[in-house]
Amino acid sequence: MPEPFSVRGCALLAIATGKRAQTLRELRDNIATAHPACIYYHFWGDMLRPSFDEPEFANDFASWARHGLHDHRLAERLGVIDPLDSADMESLRQEVIDVVEERLDEGELVPWSRADQQFHFLRSQIVIFDLNTHVREPGEFTDIIPEMSAGSIFYHFIDARRRTKYNLDDFRAWLWGFGDQYKTLIDEIGALDPYFSNLAELRGSLTRVFRDHFSGVRSRT
Amino acid sequence: MSTSLELYEPVVGERVIRQLRQLSEGLRGLKILHVNSTRSGGGVAEILDRFIPLQKELGMDVRWEVVEGEEDFYKCTKAFHNSLQGSPVEIPEAHIRAYEEANARTAERLGPVLEEADFVFIHDPQPAPLLNLCSQRKGKWIWRCHIDVSRPYRPTWKYLRKFVEAYDASIFSLPDFAQALPHPQYIIPPSIDPLSTKNMELDEDEVQAVYGRFGLDEKRPLILQVSRFDRFKDPIGVIRAYRLAKNFVPLQLVLAGGGAADDPEGTAVLQEVRTAAKDDPDIHILDLPPDAHRIINALQRAADLVLQKSIKEGFGLVVTEAMWKGKPVIGGDVGGIRLQVINHHTGFLVGTPEGAALRIRYLLHHRDRLEEMGRKAKDLVRESFLLTRHLREYLTLMVALTHGSDERIELG
Repeated sequence: MPEPFSVRGCALLAIATGKRAQTLRELRDNIATAHPACIYYHFWGDMLRPSFDEPEFANDFASWARHGLHDHRLAERLGVIDPLDSADMESLRQEVIDVVEERLDEGELVPWSRADQQFHFLRSQIVIFDLNTHVREPGEFTDIIPEMSAGSIFYHFIDARRRTKYNLDDFRAWLWGFGDQYKTLIDEIGALDPYFSNLAELRGSLTRVFRDHFSGVRSRT
Repeated sequence: MSTSLELYEPVVGERVIRQLRQLSEGLRGLKILHVNSTRSGGGVAEILDRFIPLQKELGMDVRWEVVEGEEDFYKCTKAFHNSLQGSPVEIPEAHIRAYEEANARTAERLGPVLEEADFVFIHDPQPAPLLNLCSQRKGKWIWRCHIDVSRPYRPTWKYLRKFVEAYDASIFSLPDFAQALPHPQYIIPPSIDPLSTKNMELDEDEVQAVYGRFGLDEKRPLILQVSRFDRFKDPIGVIRAYRLAKNFVPLQLVLAGGGAADDPEGTAVLQEVRTAAKDDPDIHILDLPPDAHRIINALQRAADLVLQKSIKEGFGLVVTEAMWKGKPVIGGDVGGIRLQVINHHTGFLVGTPEGAALRIRYLLHHRDRLEEMGRKAKDLVRESFLLTRHLREYLTLMVALTHGSDERIELG
């Protein structure tokens, strides 16, 4: 029996690093040396910062390639990078660099943007706070998840993958503490793709998964 | 009107309000001081007017003070404003002296209040020198820049930077505005208050009444730009766009604005606009007082679409206001307008009067698209640009500043 699940909330701040890129080569060089919180922000920050709900691209590098450099091919290649495929920020960083370098190798000219369309490297600062809510039985989540803020969903479902062993979200990591008892539920949670959903949609999906699972359990007993 | 946080629940949801309460738990009882240059007129005063009661309700001890000066002080700060936005303005020594003296008097008047505050938010350049005048300060000082300083006139920025660099942190509305400074520069866009007189829901009768009041024709489409009479807002370009579009669609234009209390150039620009409008009976130039919030609200609701054809813009809260009323915005491709006007989704970004005219014609001919864009515009504001999001980021920033500059700060 694991320790109770402690529900936490989080809020994200964006901090300017002072680094900018006007050409694709500058983008590559700055990505290579950027703080990991920078890579993190430009892949995931979109979820917690003011942004449009139907972004054309799911990360900032792809969006800049399209709108700053007007390089559709690069934008598509960067846009398809799924950060969940990378074990950590360093391998994600390397994947982005590989795509950018491949594009640099293909062209004779280095793509550049207008001065007022430069890429600004930002980093995240996350404040995490305890909500004094503790879950002892997995079935309690059916009522708790619908009440979670976007920040809580982000912290437990997205951010957790940087913190937990095997890069799991907090829900699955905690459920494994019960042994194989909730393996089906764990698999159902694992099937949710967080990269192309907003946090409200993720909250709805998680609620559905937990409710379906536990209504099935009740109907079977 | 009450400013109880509960009143925001129907607009933003209970979760958002609960998070504000959770974040502010560690900040209860702290002394917060905001300092700017005017209590009325302009976006900063409007934000503070609504922000401060909410911070108080969350348990903080909040004050709002104003730096005041003579005419030369306001001339100086207006020159700062223009030159930080890129105009090469040389500022007379007498005006600089008036600026520094006004700040010295304010520091003397407010001394203990400034020095005992736990957090001091200094808004824009007007009160920036106060920090250096408070040697016994104990709190964190944050410089909040509301202006587009992406390409400042360097001599002006060099002069102001010596005041700003000693702050513990600064806040800019957009990443493009951040400068080389030796402290963390947070990026926090501003916001509007959905419950303020300028943004609250109005009865249809009140909206319709603006037609009679200003001699407008209910049967013809109405396009609107609300802004101070300021060259950076390009009111002359708006008139040109209107004239180009009017060749193809029946149309009337309202340019509604007024001079903020700290804007001595407004009168001259207003005269230029009147000259450009000539005697066209379908161009309505409304020089409104700074407290005409309800009239602006009604005009924005009455309009078919809204323009904000700025050639320089800080954030552009009038864009946010129009979008909140479900109007697509045709905006200049500059500053914070880019963050709000998502091209082809919540409006159109344009670079010329010709581009604006084309988009006016398109939207008035495609009413379904106009309405769809208006819906998306309102949704974007609800998620991202309301006061509650802004307040959450200020609370988060205060928590963060009390815990250092770590990437992750875990409380409790």
